[in-house]
Amino acid sequence: MTGDLLGIPWAVLLILLPLIGGLACFLLPSLSKSLGLLCALAILVAVGGLGWQLAENGAQRYAIGGWGAPLGIDLYADGLSLLMLVMAALVGLGVSVYSSAYFNGDKARHFWPLWLFLWAALNALFLSADIFNLYVTLELLGLAAVALVALAGGADALNAAMRYLLVSLLGSLFYLLGVALIYHGFGSVDIAILAQRIEPSPAAWSAVGLMSAGLLLKTALFPMHFWLPAAHASAPAPVSALLSALVVKAPFYILLRLWLEIFSPTGAAPGQLLGQLLGLLGAAAVLWGGIQALRQTRLKLLIAYSTVAQLGYLFLAFPLGTSIAWKGVFYLLLSHALAKAAMFMAAGNILYFCGHDRITDLDGVAQRLPLTLAAFSLAGVSIMGLPPSGGFVAKWLLLETALRSGQWWWAAILILGGLLAAAYIFQVIGHAFTQADAPAETGLVPARMEWTAVMFAFAAILLGFFATDAFELIGIGAPTSGVSGG
Amino acid sequence: MSYIILYALLGVGLFVLGLYALIIHAHLLRKILAINVMGTGVFLVLVALAARHQDAPPDPVPHAMVITGIVVAVSATALALILMLKVYAATGKTELHDGKPD
Amino acid sequence: MNLAQSLPLLVVASSLVPGAIIFFLDEKQTVARIFLNMAGALIKLALAGVMLWGIVHGYHYEIRLPLLPGIDLFLRAGPLAMLFVTLSATLWLLTTIYAIGYLEDSPHRSRFFGFFSLCVTATAGLALAGNLLTFLLFYELLTLATYPLIVHRGTEEARLAGRNYLIYTIGGGALLLLATVWLYTLTGTLEFTARGFLSGLDAVHHPALIVIFVLFIAGLGVKAALLPFHGWLPQAMVAPAPVSALLHAVAVVKAGAFGIVRVVYDVYGIEFAADLGVTLPLAILASATIIYGSVRALFQDDLKRRLAFSTVSQVSYIALGVAVVGPIATIGGLVHLVHQGIQKVTLFFCAGNLAETLGIHKVSEMNGVARRMPWTMTAFTISALGMIGLPPLTGFISKWYLGMGALDAGQNWVIFILAGSSLLNAAYFLPIVYAAWFKPSPSTWPHERSFGALETAWPLLLPPIITAALTLGLGLLASSPISPLEWVRFIASREFAP
Repeated sequence: MTGDLLGIPWAVLLILLPLIGGLACFLLPSLSKSLGLLCALAILVAVGGLGWQLAENGAQRYAIGGWGAPLGIDLYADGLSLLMLVMAALVGLGVSVYSSAYFNGDKARHFWPLWLFLWAALNALFLSADIFNLYVTLELLGLAAVALVALAGGADALNAAMRYLLVSLLGSLFYLLGVALIYHGFGSVDIAILAQRIEPSPAAWSAVGLMSAGLLLKTALFPMHFWLPAAHASAPAPVSALLSALVVKAPFYILLRLWLEIFSPTGAAPGQLLGQLLGLLGAAAVLWGGIQALRQTRLKLLIAYSTVAQLGYLFLAFPLGTSIAWKGVFYLLLSHALAKAAMFMAAGNILYFCGHDRITDLDGVAQRLPLTLAAFSLAGVSIMGLPPSGGFVAKWLLLETALRSGQWWWAAILILGGLLAAAYIFQVIGHAFTQADAPAETGLVPARMEWTAVMFAFAAILLGFFATDAFELIGIGAPTSGVSGG
Repeated sequence: MSYIILYALLGVGLFVLGLYALIIHAHLLRKILAINVMGTGVFLVLVALAARHQDAPPDPVPHAMVITGIVVAVSATALALILMLKVYAATGKTELHDGKPD
Repeated sequence: MNLAQSLPLLVVASSLVPGAIIFFLDEKQTVARIFLNMAGALIKLALAGVMLWGIVHGYHYEIRLPLLPGIDLFLRAGPLAMLFVTLSATLWLLTTIYAIGYLEDSPHRSRFFGFFSLCVTATAGLALAGNLLTFLLFYELLTLATYPLIVHRGTEEARLAGRNYLIYTIGGGALLLLATVWLYTLTGTLEFTARGFLSGLDAVHHPALIVIFVLFIAGLGVKAALLPFHGWLPQAMVAPAPVSALLHAVAVVKAGAFGIVRVVYDVYGIEFAADLGVTLPLAILASATIIYGSVRALFQDDLKRRLAFSTVSQVSYIALGVAVVGPIATIGGLVHLVHQGIQKVTLFFCAGNLAETLGIHKVSEMNGVARRMPWTMTAFTISALGMIGLPPLTGFISKWYLGMGALDAGQNWVIFILAGSSLLNAAYFLPIVYAAWFKPSPSTWPHERSFGALETAWPLLLPPIITAALTLGLGLLASSPISPLEWVRFIASREFAP
């Protein structure tokens, strides 16, 4: 019995489920809410199955249709893929629950198929074993995300969606050109094969440069973040949550894979240089994003700039380069996803309730939407990196590596970034505690929307207690085996 | 060998030309066209580099990639065009307005 | 994990669980809220009593949960931890009674008492913390839990005070985090050990250890209101009186002082710290704070602000006792942790009573008030005299040991600081006492409310009377085996074993 369950190709199901779900929602719009929620639950089960499979048997490789590389399509799942899939499954389930109350009528009819297609692309991306498949899934992900941003309607959202689309296509083309060079130079697109064949050469380095440039543009690393705040802030709240929590992480995941398995092991000097450059840009993002967030007058824009800053932290591991630093980054990916989803949902609730999200006019929110404010505040604890939270674990590990290797300036960035985060988060909370004259009109926000936000925020806090178990799962298949230890 | 490189360089040239156009033109249709020119450039590079030797049959894998790429590019262009029309309908402009939402 | 081992966790949970439930209570469920508050406070006190008994009889209470790779969440009920736990549990019970009376019929009580319980949870946690990471965790939780209490009134003034509080404490927390991580990279352990765990470290690291020490003192000094970092405390006076009592006597300021004690004794080890040469600067900083706080207190007309500057001054006795280096001064500093708490909580209770009952907020409005509120002013007077250091009150015990300790350690200059500070204490407390008892009272009070037969509501009156009685009783019975002084002697004997 258990053997049968272990034999199920859970990874394939993870791609098929949302794909079929999306089609079904498209064909049967009247049932889309139930179908979507059902699909989200099924995906969570499938991720559980995959996790179990990995825990039992180690990293997995599937050849779809039995063709095998180089002609067929291979799927590969290790601890890092599992982390990303779990993140997508958790955020996906929450966003589905939230959206079932948020979207109605026509909007719901458009939302569900797009969202499930996006999910399919995301899962496929996290399971791809070759760099060309990564391109295809990345492109599909981008198209679905753009369509979801446009769902908000209105000039701002359409404008932001258009810019997002152009940026997204541009980034993908850079990436694809790099893929072409890699294939020409080393005769394969399979990551595992490339990891063995790749050698430092001008062709390899121009490919690295092109691919990285494209991916950095899509990850919105400073100073290529210009498109992100508008797109993330003008999208409907659940879509904002998806974009900040999941979609920007996808190109970063590709970069991580390339870096950890293909580029980093070559260990040549240009790699060191690129690592330092990425670290510097990350540091600039942490500071710039934090300062911009502080200057915003609108809550959703503040949260969007906070994403710019938090993405910056992810790049601090490149110059540090130890497996402890990478663990910190992996944990930050997950905790930021949960915390940021909670924040955008909380902002969505406030918009839903007040009809605006001007920070200075948030008086009395603590009284009228206590759960929503609790969600925002708890998520803020993780974003600030205060204990106990997932954000704290990540910050601790990065700090530890920075100080251990004597690179104290990265530690200074981490500390400064945390202070800036505290400043912009408490700017919101401070206004929410003030007395309000307006009569309380509670009950307008559906309970489901408030509770989903709270659950996410709570999960981000709880992550702080499960770091050791999580690292064991992430370590399956040794995704950081290419880098130096301790 | 040389004309393979020539084709590949031509592809890179198209890519750069498209990038240039994407940056300097404000009109959305021109931007979309520029993206398509860039895409074509990449496809040309892929196809050209597939011929490893002048006499040997070309490698089929990049061809498969190009076909996939074209499918993706067509759908992306369709989405871009409809989005452009919607932007035009909502703002009356065929350009992106700068800055942040208000 | 058996029940006895999990006692430290239960002490923390005894306020966390009621607090979490209280958040979800409706404003009108007063009885349920009072029940939860009182049950939590009584259980915590009972558990603390059980552990005290157990430790005396040779039991060990500790519990570990994995938190980070290689570092645990570690709670351990050692003698020093129990000193602080018992103090906070006792004062929390009294402050809860007081707060219930004080906030009767005011809005947002569920929110208030929820965060109130979280505050005490954090205090118990950092008292029981067995390593620096655990301490840091609860230290930050304390910051977050006190913020809503400071901005509770929701006025613009409260919002600004809250903002200032955060600027100081979040900044301090960041320094503490940096110091902790840095230390961890040098030692690979963060566990509190009697007489420290750093003396074995290679001399190459000594400059780094000095910098880390400075970071620690700055990070903890913010909450302890040491000299350049004290600015938030007088501003935070906009909070309701029970919050002030909590901030000054039970939780925040004490957490900072307790942290300094932990770092000096159980991280560096007092003798190693003295070898590094960091104790003398700390003693000078503490002395400067003592004098500065007293001088500023002299010129405050607002009663709560005067008490706030008095706290700035008085809490630094603890740091001074630590920094003088010697068994007797250690006793003086540690016992002052308890004594200052009891005295200061009384003063804030009394100030709250005056404000609630008669609308008095200023020292200049207190003429003849003792005839209207004799019980309150008796409690106030006892505590004020204790602060000045009059025998046989608790404050005298602290100052006696501090002075003797300084002489014993050959640091005679400390005597002048103590004498000067006592004179200043007298200068800012005695005029209040004199005016309250001997000056003629005005015909009307700013905002008088009637509470029937008593001078004020009984939940407001009982706590200060109890704490004033403790000020007197613990002073008189200082040499009895159950006094805090005896317990502190026991702690000091571990730090200065031959």
